[in-house]
Amino acid sequence: MINLLLFPIIIPFLFAILLLFFKENVVMQRVLSVIGVTLGLIASFYLLITIKAEGVQVVTLGSWPAPFGISMVSDMLSALLVTTTLLITLFVIIYSFTSIGKERERFFYYPAILFMVTGVNGAFTTGDIFNMFVFFEVLLIASYLLIVLGGEKKQLRESIKYILVNIVSSALFVITVAYLYSVVGTLNMADISVKITEIGQPGIITVIAVLLLIVFGIKGSIFPLYFWLPGSYAAPPIPVLALFGALLTKVGIYAIMRTYTLFFIHDTGFTHEILMVLSILTIIAGCIGALAYFDLKQIIIYNIVIAVGVILFGAAQMNEAGISGAIFYLIHDMLIKGALFLLIGIIIYVTGTSNLRKMGGLMKTHAPLGWFYLIAAFGLAGIPPLSGFVGKLLIAQGAFQAGNVWGSIIILASSLVVLLSVMRIFIYAFWGEPVALPKIERKSYAQLMFPAIVLVVLSILYGIGTEWLIPYMTDATNVLLDPSIYIDAVLGE
Amino acid sequence: MELLMAILIGILFTAAVYLILSRSLIKIVIGTGLLSHGAHLLILTMGGLGGASPPVLAEGVTDFADPLPQALILTAIVISFGVTAFMLVMAYRAYAVHKTDDMNQMKGNDEHD
Repeated sequence: MINLLLFPIIIPFLFAILLLFFKENVVMQRVLSVIGVTLGLIASFYLLITIKAEGVQVVTLGSWPAPFGISMVSDMLSALLVTTTLLITLFVIIYSFTSIGKERERFFYYPAILFMVTGVNGAFTTGDIFNMFVFFEVLLIASYLLIVLGGEKKQLRESIKYILVNIVSSALFVITVAYLYSVVGTLNMADISVKITEIGQPGIITVIAVLLLIVFGIKGSIFPLYFWLPGSYAAPPIPVLALFGALLTKVGIYAIMRTYTLFFIHDTGFTHEILMVLSILTIIAGCIGALAYFDLKQIIIYNIVIAVGVILFGAAQMNEAGISGAIFYLIHDMLIKGALFLLIGIIIYVTGTSNLRKMGGLMKTHAPLGWFYLIAAFGLAGIPPLSGFVGKLLIAQGAFQAGNVWGSIIILASSLVVLLSVMRIFIYAFWGEPVALPKIERKSYAQLMFPAIVLVVLSILYGIGTEWLIPYMTDATNVLLDPSIYIDAVLGE
Repeated sequence: MELLMAILIGILFTAAVYLILSRSLIKIVIGTGLLSHGAHLLILTMGGLGGASPPVLAEGVTDFADPLPQALILTAIVISFGVTAFMLVMAYRAYAVHKTDDMNQMKGNDEHD
């Protein structure tokens, strides 16, 4: 099964093309998209088991020998991210049945999601830096469609800014790849790593490292490049927001983690120090934003920024605890952000507003919503035994080992701010005097609750099942800490 | 030759940055076009301007140009073509809905506090 690792990319792509032929048939669109993502999910679980048993999987397209052809490489980190991506997409699609509206469903909403998943999974899997640019474009173009679909005034206004920022960052990506190619003369990521080791990372490579940090930092929204995120993410409807929040920034983070553990490992005193300082600033900026707003969407959107900082801070430590903590926290954050966005989507649907000051007393009418929101909020803040705890613990431990005491104190303090920001939503929306609610159908409320509850339960299981997940995380960490595993898998054949 | 290309790319980037920073939507779109042109030329230059030798690797050929940058440019051109087309359509829709192409008036009003 040498082509196994391509299935999670190809299957959504195939179904997306298929869906283009049934534009008007909404039922067909729904059924086929669920089938497509489920098949992809099965393939990715199988891939996960295969990688656990046999190590890193590699396909070189067209059977060209490794540094010349385009390699697709699936190590444990890629496989875990691909699986989580498909899992979240499945539940967001189910959530969309009730919330997105017939009009959008008839205008290529599901194909756009599947194309985006193709791009996301491809970017996680590829082993070629230019191919990564291509997959970035695939997911970006699909996301342009998703963010503007519906054509509301606000959407059009914000999408222009979103597209402009991404075009500029894509141009920078091309420029950086050109510089990298002129220095090392190869595009294969494993081969680049070998060549950089041979020449011993001169100054120009460090410049390229910083350029790549800017490129991926714009996509992954690190300080000070996250300026576009709060405005743009607030424009599209909730399911799209959930997908963007859970998946898109994570692609940028993955790319930073991959390049900073595979390429630029010979001058960590400079590159990783920059990464660490920026991640701390990201956390602080996110904390300020999360406390400043009375808008449900904005509060959770700024929590994305905080999480980006926490993950990259863990990755910047370059020791075992820090990196495995970052991976734990990355997967946790995808699950919990998906769940939280779906839950606040339900709150907005029930109350008809996203302004916290206009809500209150939901606990009396919608108790299950309140309890599940509370669990998700505690999970986000990292209260044991919920899912955020282990990741944060390991990241703090790694930072103490690396001697960055002040950084870990800021991380731990940021947990309190995160808890405060999400508890404010709970207090304003669920406690207090009930306000008059708009009339909604009880049935669609129940249909919306289902995927949100499943995601919350999954995140609880992720927290409780930590013990069981550790072997997988260790595998993922080992590849990141020891690039030779990755290089041998690609070039060794 | 490489020096000349570098200067040309610099001019393209300068023009692109100037246009992107302007207020008119259509100028911004043209600016992104110039930006990607600059990036494409940069790939070509970075791969080395091959001169007269052919981009083949066969028995007995020792002097050959690197064909990879051209494959990269081709991909990048197609992508930027698609994105520019999309952006033009969207700029038109935004103009039709907002009745303005001035970015200053599209800042967005804060409905949240």
